[in-house]
Amino acid sequence: MAGPIKLSGGPGYRAKVRALGLVAPLLIFIVVTFVAPLGTMLLRSVYDPVVADALPETLELLEDWDGIELPPEAVYAVAAQEVKRAGAERTLGQVASRVNRVQGGLRSVITRTGRELREIQQGPWRESMMTIDSAWADPAIWYAIRTTGERFTARHYWNALDLQSLPDGSVVRQPEDRRIYLRLFWRTLMISGLITLLCLLLGYPIAHLIACSKPSRANLLLILVLVPFWTSLLVRTTAWIVLLQTQGVLNEFLVTIGLIGDDGRLAMIYNMTGTIVAMTHVLLPFMVLPLYSVMNSIPSTQMDAAASLGATPLQAFLRVYWPQSLPGVGAGALLVFILAIGYYITPALVGGSDGQLISNMIAYHMQTSLNWGLAAALGGVLLLIVLLLYAVYERLLGIEKIGLGG
Amino acid sequence: MSTMRPSLGRIAYLGFCTIVFVFLVAPIIVIVPLSFNAEPYFTFTEGMLRLDPDAWSLRWYREIIQNEAWAKSLANSMIIGVSATVLATVLGTVAALGLASSAMPARRAIMGVIISPMVTPVIIAAAGMFFFYSGLGLGQTYISIILAHAALGVPFVVVTVTATLAGYDPNFNNAAASLGAGPWTVFRRVQFPLISPGVISGALFAFAVSFDEVVVMLFMAGVEQRTIPRQMWSGIREQISPAILAVATFLVVFAVLLLLTVSWLKRREEGRA
Repeated sequence: MAGPIKLSGGPGYRAKVRALGLVAPLLIFIVVTFVAPLGTMLLRSVYDPVVADALPETLELLEDWDGIELPPEAVYAVAAQEVKRAGAERTLGQVASRVNRVQGGLRSVITRTGRELREIQQGPWRESMMTIDSAWADPAIWYAIRTTGERFTARHYWNALDLQSLPDGSVVRQPEDRRIYLRLFWRTLMISGLITLLCLLLGYPIAHLIACSKPSRANLLLILVLVPFWTSLLVRTTAWIVLLQTQGVLNEFLVTIGLIGDDGRLAMIYNMTGTIVAMTHVLLPFMVLPLYSVMNSIPSTQMDAAASLGATPLQAFLRVYWPQSLPGVGAGALLVFILAIGYYITPALVGGSDGQLISNMIAYHMQTSLNWGLAAALGGVLLLIVLLLYAVYERLLGIEKIGLGG
Repeated sequence: MSTMRPSLGRIAYLGFCTIVFVFLVAPIIVIVPLSFNAEPYFTFTEGMLRLDPDAWSLRWYREIIQNEAWAKSLANSMIIGVSATVLATVLGTVAALGLASSAMPARRAIMGVIISPMVTPVIIAAAGMFFFYSGLGLGQTYISIILAHAALGVPFVVVTVTATLAGYDPNFNNAAASLGAGPWTVFRRVQFPLISPGVISGALFAFAVSFDEVVVMLFMAGVEQRTIPRQMWSGIREQISPAILAVATFLVVFAVLLLLTVSWLKRREEGRA
């Protein structure tokens, strides 16, 4: 400020501070309301204190356990007391469901043990617990308790990548029939790639047509692209249900004109076809708008010049037009791909069982299986993929150019 | 251009483009007449095709108007949408003024953070917000939903206003300042009126984001906060009835109005530049 002593810089410094001051409120807002929640989720994926809090002394004793023989009576005695206490504090159910995820079937063992131990006041605890359930005679349950007792853990990420850690500390792939998530990530990437390709095939010609039209016609055609862009996603998804379902408009039409029989109605929705068709429709404007804005700056006289120099239309397109439209292709394709791999609503509503993407699995673990750690780890992997693509986009094109239209 | 007779290739090209435009628009248009179906079907009945007046009716419109759940969800959508829009527009516009300054340090990095809500999969954001706000004891409240929607909408404001400011001549500010106007007066009397089309467009974008948002709602809203998209989601998943199509028709009309407003603002802006 205009004090007698100049602290630093000159007008440049003041302008810098002023610009930062203007941006600061929003930056703080985004960090608090958006980045911090993402951080909370990532923390969830590696941090789980429930078992460690419920069975602290048991876990401490288990540190000395060799993992092969059954632990000594002292461990059973401490565990019995802590299981009783967790039962009384109503945290035993959460402990049981976590242990159960390491090895199926242990949930009921632990809850029943908690119930029946209430009647037992003294040892020997090992015998009592083995009588309640023979699972206590198997080192596996102790291994499962020790695994889930780690406060900071990578096991959700192992799970999310179809890996498992063995008692000897090695990490191996899950058995064939339990490899779900990598396949789903792969399928999500494949479907997103296919949708991106479809959007490019459908979007390139119409973006070209709009860019070559007279302004008044171009405006009209742009509006046809922007109507779906502005229309509620749920409305567009509903529209596809109405069109494609078994008793829907398209099937009725095909039956009426006799192209298919009444019993040969096509299953076009509630499966992967439904996801692909509806998502291509939803994301097509995100391809057309960046393509159009790039094509609009390619002078149409260049194609005439190429033709006058003897190029066939195909040659002129491949050698003159296509290379110049590539930034638009890159921007549109990256944007569509980024949006597609994180899509949730459309697959959830029209995807049936084979048209679900990774987002739907995250929602399933958030809302149905309540395995929040795994949901967070799957989210972490998805977030990493998206951020990598986002960085590519920013590198190649600059983030302000992100396609909007409007 | 070289020949008067359109070539086969050109006919194929125009035909293909026509099909793509039909693909884009037809699904949205089809639901409008179907919302006047007298029967609870999702297809054109024979009567509708014969234009039999009895086959057409307003029963689904009556149903949604009389249904309190829809009225309540409209009110919620407006409360949440308007609050989130005001928050996003103020923060976004102020930030865009800073970002437009050539003195702005670390511009790309900051822009990257500000735009990130636009590209982050909403399911991840919604899951994180669910953990975050329930941890703060703000689960299932209006305030957490408004903050969430403002965060999702603000990148659109920043992008739109930044684009408008790129076409703004800073000499206007210098001229006003040289005539004795203070910074606030310059902004209020000179700069803001000139960039206001961009600000309004950004606000409409932010409102549209909130008005159509359902994933955050699924994770964070209770029955009390149900908005129109959340209500539609239940409608599509549980008891799909043509009443949904009546709501959808309203939303299509609303979308067209928004779109025409934004296009008009954009043309005005270009006309002035």
